[in-house]
Amino acid sequence: MMQPAVRAEPLLNVDNLVVEYGLGNKTVHAVSGVSLQVARGETLGLVGESGCGKSTLGRAVLQLRRAKSGRVLFDGEDLTAMEGEALRKMRRRVQLIFQDPIASLNPRRRIGDIVSEPLIIAGVKDAAERKRRVHEVLSAVGLDPDLVAGRLPHEFSGGQCQRICIARSLVLNPEFIVCDEPVSALDVSIRAQILNLLEEMKARFGLTLLFIAHDLAVVKAVSDRVAVMYLGRLCEVGPSERLFARPAHPYTALLLQAIPVPDPDIRPAESVANGEPPSPIAPPSGCRFRTRCPRADQQCSAEIPELREVAPGQFAACHHPLA
Amino acid sequence: MSAPLLTIADVAVELPTPRGSLRAVDHVDLSLEAGRTLGIVGESGCGKTMLSRAVLQLLPKRAKLTGRVMFDGQDLAQLAPERLRRLRGRDLAVVFQDPMTSLNPVLTIGTQLMETIQEHLELDAPEARKRSIELLAAVGIPAPDQRLAQYPHQCSGGMRQRIAIAIALSCEPKLLIADEPTTALDVTIQAQILDLLAREQRRRHMAMILITHDLGVVAGRADEVAVMYAGRVVERAPTQALFKRMHMPYTEALLAAIPKLDAAPHTPLPAISGRPPDPTRPLRGCSFAPRCRYAASDCHHAKPALTSAEIPGHLYACFHPIQMTERVGA
Ligand SMILES: Nc1ncnc2c1ncn2[C@@H]1O[C@H](COP(=O)(O)OP(=O)(O)OP(=O)(O)O)[C@@H](O)[C@H]1O
Ligand SMILES: Nc1ncnc2c1ncn2[C@@H]1O[C@H](COP(=O)(O)OP(=O)(O)O)[C@@H](O)[C@H]1O
Ligand code: SF4
Ligand code: SF4
Ligand SMILES: [Mg+2]
Ligand SMILES: [Mg+2]
Repeated sequence: MMQPAVRAEPLLNVDNLVVEYGLGNKTVHAVSGVSLQVARGETLGLVGESGCGKSTLGRAVLQLRRAKSGRVLFDGEDLTAMEGEALRKMRRRVQLIFQDPIASLNPRRRIGDIVSEPLIIAGVKDAAERKRRVHEVLSAVGLDPDLVAGRLPHEFSGGQCQRICIARSLVLNPEFIVCDEPVSALDVSIRAQILNLLEEMKARFGLTLLFIAHDLAVVKAVSDRVAVMYLGRLCEVGPSERLFARPAHPYTALLLQAIPVPDPDIRPAESVANGEPPSPIAPPSGCRFRTRCPRADQQCSAEIPELREVAPGQFAACHHPLA
Repeated sequence: MSAPLLTIADVAVELPTPRGSLRAVDHVDLSLEAGRTLGIVGESGCGKTMLSRAVLQLLPKRAKLTGRVMFDGQDLAQLAPERLRRLRGRDLAVVFQDPMTSLNPVLTIGTQLMETIQEHLELDAPEARKRSIELLAAVGIPAPDQRLAQYPHQCSGGMRQRIAIAIALSCEPKLLIADEPTTALDVTIQAQILDLLAREQRRRHMAMILITHDLGVVAGRADEVAVMYAGRVVERAPTQALFKRMHMPYTEALLAAIPKLDAAPHTPLPAISGRPPDPTRPLRGCSFAPRCRYAASDCHHAKPALTSAEIPGHLYACFHPIQMTERVGA
């Protein structure tokens, strides 16, 4: 497979990002020093269990949640340092699609208004122009604009609502979309339709994607490279094929084993790592995965493992990576 | 062959809606023996939940149920409400997709477990408490004695589902119905919960109905699988036979739509186009015809009946069954 040109200036460069939430007098360490790059035209998949900080990272990229420290460079400009009009301008180029398509549509507004809202916010005053754009994106996502524009969200299924959300995210002609679990709430059959649609839209509109999910097979279907997160930190990042064939981080291997395989001859392995991730309020010292890791030793509780290149383009943060 | 523990005979469920009567379950026959697992698979809205609620006799008030549900030698539809209530929770237990459906948010976990145990088994409070702790430990909850005093909202989604399972198992049921027990959970937690269910089932020689929309979930875990579409069972077979020699185009399409780990990135997925038919509209012909790549003109005119295949226990409802040799690769 061709390696995406990561060495060229990346469209998105997240540098040592730290995001925290206050919870009473405690601190939730949601994202603790994550760095990653997404090249123009690339899809970077981001996986990890619930609560590991995927959405927080996505929201911090869009500046919907301000980071405590670190930088988010988009096309060379630091979004974390931007405010007001400059940030608003930048935001047109970066959009977000949410996990729960139904909840993210205002139930009292018509589909046509929902999809044209970003245009109004962006100051597109010409109503005919707005209508043209709305028609264009609704058709692009496989909906008939004349049939759907006047209807309300509750008249649509989950899969159709996700199409509407995708249309809304495309209406400003963005360059970059953060897709936060766009298919997790959907059935197997509808999931495939939406994944295909995202791929089509990516090609047609020349998009770059950060694709968040907790299902590795879903992520592999659309990603050039995959990043694996655990409890606020990056465990591993590398080209999709390589990462799935030869995971270097024990947590990546665990996630791979947990995928249900639709083949009755493959007996599901008794769940390998028992237990659940520890609380991000008091994450373990050293490697955050050590409380569930079969390879953990003294060094793992004492030293935080750094991301190191284990194969061309594949990086893992582990003291004892898998061969 | 021993008499089945559960027999569902010609069960149909109709629900009144403003748009007319809705066929949620359309004449289903199924049976299940003690100690075995039946997987029920199908897209959202195909009637999986309504079928399981028909078994539990827990349908919405205005629903119309016809057919018979025989459980452990008794016809559940004929049972007095009081006897039914005692049967549920004791011999017949259920775990729902959203554990909060079965957990009470204002009661502690200990209270909920102990109440169920004491209602159905003759145990005093200290015994019920001891048993609760054992159960929580059995479902993999660390420090179970401390959990008893906590409320559901203090637990993660995975923990709550474990607790719901502990409550369901507390009275040693003969049949456990698990309705999408892991759909709301992460893959790692999903694997743990499915293992837990399989382990407890083997240990208790319990029968289980495992409902899911993901064929991958039932592949290694069910003895037999029934595929539902638009309220009907359209294919049913021992698990091996279903995966190796499926005859229904719908089963094939469901399997093909699952992203495969060994496929290269950016391989387009064979999605099923369109959506299931509106269950309030009358149907002529095969319900899958508008989406079926093998549909011929007869498919639009007559309804295919469930027919026996060459393997015993394998049934399918299709005029043009696929042969696995012809199957185009996913
Ligand atoms: N507004 C908030 N206040 C306090 N803590 C929060 C807030 N939002 C998120 N968190 C916590 O931050 C951590 C990361 O949350 P985040 O939503 O980013 O996870 P995620 O990986 O997207 O999970 P999921 O797969 O469930 O969507 C979690 O522990 C979460 O409980
Ligand atoms: N309370 C209800 N009232 C009316 N229709 C319902 C109700 N619950 C479910 N339905 C309908 O019954 C059909 C079967 O639903 P359900 O059994 O929940 O499907 P599944 O569990 O397979 O997703 C669907 O068309 C659904 O919309
Ligand atoms: S650093 Fe240690 S605990 Fe962490 S993943 Fe590697 S071996 Fe496991
Ligand atoms: S009967 Fe016809 S439409 Fe129905 S599944 Fe078979 S081939 Fe397809
Ligand atoms: Mg999230
Ligand atoms: Mg259901």
